[in-house]
Amino acid sequence: MKTITANRLVDGDVVWLGHNGEWVEFVEAAWILNTDEDMTSALDFAKAGEDKQYVLGTYAIDLELKDGHLQPKSLKERIRAQGPTTRLDLGKQAERHLRSA
Amino acid sequence: MYRYDEFDRDFVNQRVSQFEDQVRRRMSGELTEDEFKPLRLMNGLYLQLHAYMLRVAIPYGTLNGSQMRKLAHIARTYDRGYGHFTTRQNVQFNWPKLSDTPQILHELADVEMHAIQTSGNCIRNVTSDQFAGAAADEFADPRVYAEILRQWSSLHPEFLFLPRKFKIAITGAEHDRAAVQVHDIGLQLTRNENGEIGFVVFVGGGLGRTPMVGRKVRDFLPENDLLAYSEAILRVYNRYGRRDNKYKARIKILVHETGLEELKQDIETEFEATKNGILDLPNEEVVRINEYFAPPSFEAMPKISTELEAAKREDRDLALFSSRNLHAHKAEGYTSVTISLKPIGGAPGDATADQMDVIADVAERFGHNELRVTHEQNLVLPHVKLQDVPTVYKILKANELADSNAGLITDMIACPGLDYCALANARSIPIAQEISKRFEEVKRQNEIGDLKLKISGCINACGHHHVGHIGILGVDRKGEELYQITLGGSADQNTSIGKIIGRGFPEAEITDAVETVVDTYLANRLDEDESFIEAYRRLGDQPFKDALYGA
Repeated sequence: MKTITANRLVDGDVVWLGHNGEWVEFVEAAWILNTDEDMTSALDFAKAGEDKQYVLGTYAIDLELKDGHLQPKSLKERIRAQGPTTRLDLGKQAERHLRSA
Repeated sequence: MYRYDEFDRDFVNQRVSQFEDQVRRRMSGELTEDEFKPLRLMNGLYLQLHAYMLRVAIPYGTLNGSQMRKLAHIARTYDRGYGHFTTRQNVQFNWPKLSDTPQILHELADVEMHAIQTSGNCIRNVTSDQFAGAAADEFADPRVYAEILRQWSSLHPEFLFLPRKFKIAITGAEHDRAAVQVHDIGLQLTRNENGEIGFVVFVGGGLGRTPMVGRKVRDFLPENDLLAYSEAILRVYNRYGRRDNKYKARIKILVHETGLEELKQDIETEFEATKNGILDLPNEEVVRINEYFAPPSFEAMPKISTELEAAKREDRDLALFSSRNLHAHKAEGYTSVTISLKPIGGAPGDATADQMDVIADVAERFGHNELRVTHEQNLVLPHVKLQDVPTVYKILKANELADSNAGLITDMIACPGLDYCALANARSIPIAQEISKRFEEVKRQNEIGDLKLKISGCINACGHHHVGHIGILGVDRKGEELYQITLGGSADQNTSIGKIIGRGFPEAEITDAVETVVDTYLANRLDEDESFIEAYRRLGDQPFKDALYGA
């Protein structure tokens, strides 16, 4: 399982490619790519995102199932998806908390 | 302090306007990221894991109250309420928006600050002794020459696209607090037998994946030749430094591959062609810049403050603070106060916007409006009357800034690591926090005494682990963080590169391993006057290896 990630140009925020080619702010809303065909379409969307100056530095990452939840496989990508492990008040983990509050 | 003239002001404002236009063109798509990246880097703007990161220059770590207050304002208005002070004596903001950076740079320019040359393959911020102009053991203020080098290296057309970044450090005291021997150029102020001022020059020191101690190329470089000789070194490096492999592009590799004698000859030949020209340091310019760094008018004060001594007797915490965080001053009745940014369990080098405001106030009220950033990620009030120390301490304490740990094991350097940095392989800050909590007890820290612990989250060594008495390097091993220990590094006048002691430790075991190293030192030292590094140099690594891995 893979997905595509990038940083948003205007503010550097971490984003992932959504199901319809849009860019989403939380990894749980990302488009999970299971086939080569999906990956090909996703990479086209990713390039379009860069061409439109919406995102930069797009690349594919591996996902895994952990305790029933999808999460990025590498620690680096998990930290991008959550925020600094030493500052739970910052990054996605804090924003997620705020939105659900 | 150095004062901007019209030239400086116009120059910085022009650069901000240029960058504003570059950001506009990037956002509109006129510039691609490939085109924009070198431009943003030249203005200190990186893209890290979570966001952009803006690194602001603090020349030789010197700033005043209004500049610190401006940093607080930027942290609060455009960032997430804090800043991170770095080993290059700069400050970093971890969450700015690209769209806000032109405005941030405008605001910085209002207080004579900028982010120029804090990144990219150019000459970076010249660093110096945090006690420059104040230390009792100093014989000349190194910031005068740091400033001359800053003016020469700022936008120097020949040296903006070097093979790799280039770092210069200068110290004016015999005790090297600026780590000059692990810099591309290290300068140690000295005097010759005629009493004339000059420099011992080291070239090719550095950390990173290939750590090297700088090699001495001049025992005495006359003051007048500083720029011509620096230009000669840079010119030789720019011509012969490798551009085919970024990991072999620093001048240390050139020194290593060419050989010291041949490279020295190249530098001297270039110097012969350069000297006695426009780069001769005009004496009137040295005098003018010296005036900018004229010490504040110190009052005649008794050598010992009865107020401070009485307060110390009343307050053991103040006594402890005074024993660790005060540094001997050249003026009687004055001291330099280290404000530790290493609270127990905190992130080394971080300060909140509110703390920055408090520090600015204290500097203005009690410190002749001067502040310093140290390469060990602390702040310093260089000129404080001894009699004011109890009040200063009280204010710092009320704002969680009075940790009495300067130079102790909890006063460690740590890079941002994988919690923020796109280059890192492992986290640094949580390791620093765990070690800090393990050694929290004040009595124990003081029993251990002077100990420099430095942590890097990757081989680029921003956390200076190679020159830690105890160094920790985080690596990635098959997706798991692993931490290697090096012992015996040092970045003072007896610079040495630490040796890897053995296999690494997982996150859950690294704090225990550090404790084992420290306990081994305590069990084997001759007496409490023998510091960790002295004991290590006497004992070698065997007792530590035995303790960590079994005999």
